[in-house]
Amino acid sequence: MTKTFFKALIIFASLNAFAQESNNVEFELEVETPAQEAKKEVIVEFIDHHLKDSHDFNIASWEGENGHEEHFGFPLPVILYSQEDGLVVFSSSKLHHGESVAHVGDNYYMLDHGHIYKTDAEGTISYDPEHHATNEKPLDLSITKNILMIFLVSLLMLWMFSSMAKSYKKGPIPTGAGRFLEPIILYIRDDIAIPNIGKKNYKKYMPYLLTVFFFIWILNLFGLTPLGTNVTGNIAVTLALALITFLITNLTANKSYWGHIFWMPGVPKLMRPILAPIELLGIFIKPFALMVRLYANMVAGHTVLMSVIGLMFIFQNVVGSSLSFVLAFALSLLELLVAALQAYIFTMLSALYFGSANEEHHDDH
Amino acid sequence: MEIPTIIGAGLIVIGAGMGIGKIGSSAMDAIARQPEASGKIQTAMLIAAALIEGIGFAALFA
Repeated sequence: MTKTFFKALIIFASLNAFAQESNNVEFELEVETPAQEAKKEVIVEFIDHHLKDSHDFNIASWEGENGHEEHFGFPLPVILYSQEDGLVVFSSSKLHHGESVAHVGDNYYMLDHGHIYKTDAEGTISYDPEHHATNEKPLDLSITKNILMIFLVSLLMLWMFSSMAKSYKKGPIPTGAGRFLEPIILYIRDDIAIPNIGKKNYKKYMPYLLTVFFFIWILNLFGLTPLGTNVTGNIAVTLALALITFLITNLTANKSYWGHIFWMPGVPKLMRPILAPIELLGIFIKPFALMVRLYANMVAGHTVLMSVIGLMFIFQNVVGSSLSFVLAFALSLLELLVAALQAYIFTMLSALYFGSANEEHHDDH
Repeated sequence: MEIPTIIGAGLIVIGAGMGIGKIGSSAMDAIARQPEASGKIQTAMLIAAALIEGIGFAALFA
């Protein structure tokens, strides 16, 4: 899906090639040179690689002197589990970015499109008619780039907030980085948690709201760095966050919440069975929308930004490249805003759902 | 990149753009009427804009 969207973008950027067929005018339009075609291929592959997870932490790669690709980065542990072989652990440097077959113990493993398959010594992978690999695939529990980033950000957050909490022992005014974090935490408490959840119950939801806000914000910011880590643009990560919101909403709800869903007061009794299935669907659709909103915002933002940066390299003249650079810069600023905004929206909507799960029964129905 | 896909994507963007534009315009009217409430109005406007953008992206991707 992302590939199609991005290829549409690239085709729009190369409309000069189409225009040539239909005109009889004298002036010459720029023809698609093979160099431009090759650059487009490289850019498409680069963006695809950025958006996906990978088994090693690859910071940069380029073409070396003898045409061989050089990489700069470090390998990560690959942990596989299968019924016959049990737990197999090896370093992802044996996979050589999908070029060679890893020989571990008695088995051979090979990377194909980001998945690890069990193969034979030559690394043959057989495909079925829909171009899916049919080799045996062990359960992949590796520490991939995204998982490593999640660990690092969790440790960073633990360190940041525990040192801030310790600094409160000395006095009510925080020092150091706490001075930046305290207004944000107070904002989350006073403008997100209390208005939505109410003064009675907000305290038990505060830890989750604070965690999710800073987690998403820091991960979004990391996605904008040249490290090329795209954690919140991974639908599994956003699925996990939305799932936690869903579980907390429904497990800590009180009776009037379920009453509002299945037997809503204030509505004529005959309409209630009609509205109940819709409300039931709504319980699932609201966290689903949380998941898709964060995922799509991040992936779309990264794709557009990298396409414009790639456009900078495709243009042959100075004017085109510098305009693309200015556009890329403006888009990066917008992405910074979107990073914070998406974290805020996720937190605010979670607080809204928690609030509706804890509403007191009022008698105006 | 078939033609229906391209037209569909264009329609989605038109819809999202019009929705967010309408919210922005009523937010500006409200701020003009009561400048002291501009903080709350801005917050509400951003929330509504993010929700509409969420639908827009979800549709654009699927």
